[in-house]
Amino acid sequence: MGKLFAVVLAIITVVSAGIIVAHVWWMPVDISTIGPRIDKQLDETMLATGVLFLSSQLILAAFTWKFGDDKERKIKYFPGGGGPLIAFAIILVGMEILVLSFVGSKVWASIYMTPPEQGSLQVDVAAGQFAFNFRYPGPDGKFGTVHPERVRDSNGNFFGLDPENDVDARDDVIVGTLTVPLGRPVALTMHSKDMIHSFYVPELRIQQDIVPGLTIPLHFTATKEGRFEIVCTQLCGLGHYSMRAFLEVLPQDQFDQWLKSQSGD
Amino acid sequence: MSSPEPAVHHHGPPQSFIRKYVFSLDHKVIGKQYYGLALLAVLAGLILSWLMRIHLGWQNAAIPLLGKLSPTGAPGNVMTPDYYLSLMTMHATLMVFFVLTTAPFAAFGNYFLPIQVGAEDMAFPRFNMMSFWVTFVAFVVLILSFFVGDGPPLAGWTSYAPLSSVGGVAGPGQGTGQTLWAASIAIFCIGQLLGSLNFITTTLDLRTKGMSLARMPLSTWGWFVTSVIALLAFAALLPACVLLLLDRTAGTSFFSSAGLVVNDQVLPHSGGSPLLWQHLFWFFGHPEVYIAILPGFGIISSILPAFARKRILSSRAVIGCMVAIGFLSYMVWGHHMFVSGMNPFSAVLFSLPTLIITIPATIMVLLWLGTLYGARMRYTASALFCVGFISVFITGGLSGFFLAQPSLDTYLHATYFVVAHFHFVMALAAMFGIFAGTYFWFPKMFGRMMNETLGKWHFWLTFIGVYCVFMPMHYLGLAGNVRRYAAFTDNYLVPLIPLHRFISISAFVVGAAQFIFFFNLFWSRFWGAKATDNPWEATTLEWSTTSPPPFDNFGGRHLIVYHGPEEYGVESDAHEYVMQTSPEQIKTT
Repeated sequence: MGKLFAVVLAIITVVSAGIIVAHVWWMPVDISTIGPRIDKQLDETMLATGVLFLSSQLILAAFTWKFGDDKERKIKYFPGGGGPLIAFAIILVGMEILVLSFVGSKVWASIYMTPPEQGSLQVDVAAGQFAFNFRYPGPDGKFGTVHPERVRDSNGNFFGLDPENDVDARDDVIVGTLTVPLGRPVALTMHSKDMIHSFYVPELRIQQDIVPGLTIPLHFTATKEGRFEIVCTQLCGLGHYSMRAFLEVLPQDQFDQWLKSQSGD
Repeated sequence: MSSPEPAVHHHGPPQSFIRKYVFSLDHKVIGKQYYGLALLAVLAGLILSWLMRIHLGWQNAAIPLLGKLSPTGAPGNVMTPDYYLSLMTMHATLMVFFVLTTAPFAAFGNYFLPIQVGAEDMAFPRFNMMSFWVTFVAFVVLILSFFVGDGPPLAGWTSYAPLSSVGGVAGPGQGTGQTLWAASIAIFCIGQLLGSLNFITTTLDLRTKGMSLARMPLSTWGWFVTSVIALLAFAALLPACVLLLLDRTAGTSFFSSAGLVVNDQVLPHSGGSPLLWQHLFWFFGHPEVYIAILPGFGIISSILPAFARKRILSSRAVIGCMVAIGFLSYMVWGHHMFVSGMNPFSAVLFSLPTLIITIPATIMVLLWLGTLYGARMRYTASALFCVGFISVFITGGLSGFFLAQPSLDTYLHATYFVVAHFHFVMALAAMFGIFAGTYFWFPKMFGRMMNETLGKWHFWLTFIGVYCVFMPMHYLGLAGNVRRYAAFTDNYLVPLIPLHRFISISAFVVGAAQFIFFFNLFWSRFWGAKATDNPWEATTLEWSTTSPPPFDNFGGRHLIVYHGPEEYGVESDAHEYVMQTSPEQIKTT
């Protein structure tokens, strides 16, 4: 029975790892300046854990294969007892932890603990059950003031603007697709009007909860043109699965044209 | 401390049916009651997972009778997206609280902790009885939510505010259903607080002569460390649930911030913080993971030597690792909140202890592997679940390396990668521990052996099946598949649906395999072969008494303990093992 376990476990182990190695299902293309560093961190973690996975599962398989209930054989104890194994675990895992957390913290810090670059494109994000909306400051370069008590879905006032009394608000561009220029830093300022939502673009490799009552910043720089999905990843109610928007990355000139056409009318 | 007074029985044997089987003070009956409750809950949780997997594989499938259970949740027997979320919430709540906490900790702990330390009962039998019945009330309150208004809540087992705190306006099930959820969990906390107090006191005060802490079986150590964790963890969740109830019923705003606009209505809340709920919840929630798995560590470390016929490699190190994990479990809750909007610097601080916790976990795995080396392993169903436990725990532990790093969590958070991780490391490992414990202790509890052939079929189908269900979830997560989605309508998710169907079919098989186990339990209870007092040739105190043990556990004897809990592979007068209660000297080791 031990031998059968060994064979089954070995097959499971090799197939599981093989699918990872072959990238049968894998991350989508990365489209941000931070993507390559996250992917590298993931690859290194995958290599380290992959070696541990294969070795430990296969050692388990080998031991169950070899050490069945054989009355002829005498009980043997692991050479050297538990001490060396404990030391081995502390040194091996300790080193892995130090390397991973040192490198990983730098990547994390560059996304979440660094302010956006000067001259970033400022976009305001409003999340609510079950849609994202995006706001650009318009030709005057100024956002209109937000009045949370004026937020209404029914009349499309997703940001709670007051264009009658607020000059800055009159030319704000409000759209349902996050359109950004290629290669230019984008600084998002995110708000939620009701539940916790989350901004996730797998291709950008970033995810950030949007908590009602807080102003949540997030910044990125897109490196590839195209249209990508923004999905909500924080359970926000019955329509959670359907809450999405698109991220459209355009060359700078096309972006300028697009913004102009939006604020024209 | 080393030789406390022998345990004295607080109460005589009960006479009436009610006192004997219903409101019993006997820890053995209470242990079985907890086990029965866990069986009921796991059956419900299993059926819910089937319903979810049907829906995830085939969106428009009509599920017979579902429309009867909830005409609004499944009109024409087809599940609505919100009902999917409700079933998911109930699946997780039932499994985490009423199965993974009750079965390995409350059920086995209640039955075997007093016997393994040589006590006649728990320190506080009345608290013990209350602990079960309070837990039972919590279960009934939770199940009631299926039959009220909009049905069960849909906010997930984590019940993040403000979705959980603002009431029915937040969506179906968020009215009465969510209130029942919060009430149920608050009641559950009280039950577990009573239980853990009892475990701690019994372990410290009621050990029999010679049963020093170092001679306690590792299973007892597991329950003891777990009860310390549970005492602190449920003490944090209880007030959190009370505050949530107040937010929902008394108009307070602990967890709801100002200016919330739902359905064009401005809600009257102000001054609360949704992140406060997350901190309180995860301050409980992460230790809860160890409440589920630590008894498994103890059970496996205790059963493995009995089947390997040799000592565990270093039982002191295993104890040290369990204590270290218990201690560290309180420093890592923030790793659930890396992208929650809390200060990103704290993510770095929470990441380090999270990674450090893998060191004691790795040490334990290596010690188990080292114990298998050179063993004469008897592959019974229980032993198979022990080695299966090691395998699923390794798999689940390793995916933790990814999620512990904030820079990778930013991609993998809230994807199926997390679902795969916690199912392997917490749910599956704990379930394998429960199965190993059940096959091992059933003869003691019921005086009959379980059927080994059925047990082995159960193992093979479960072991291969769970890898087919949960390994692909890593791949889904890597592809960015978001969890808690009732349907996969996003363009990049549609190509993943075939993999979801494979998972669903595997889940049907694994679920069906569990009915072999249920049948085996039932059949063996009445028609299994009679068990001897010590069928596995094990050494701990429960095997020094009859199967099942008499009312006072040892028939009036006051046991004296002479040896450690795992003297296997030694030369003694008659066997290759020495019972803890045997006065003989061990000749050679």
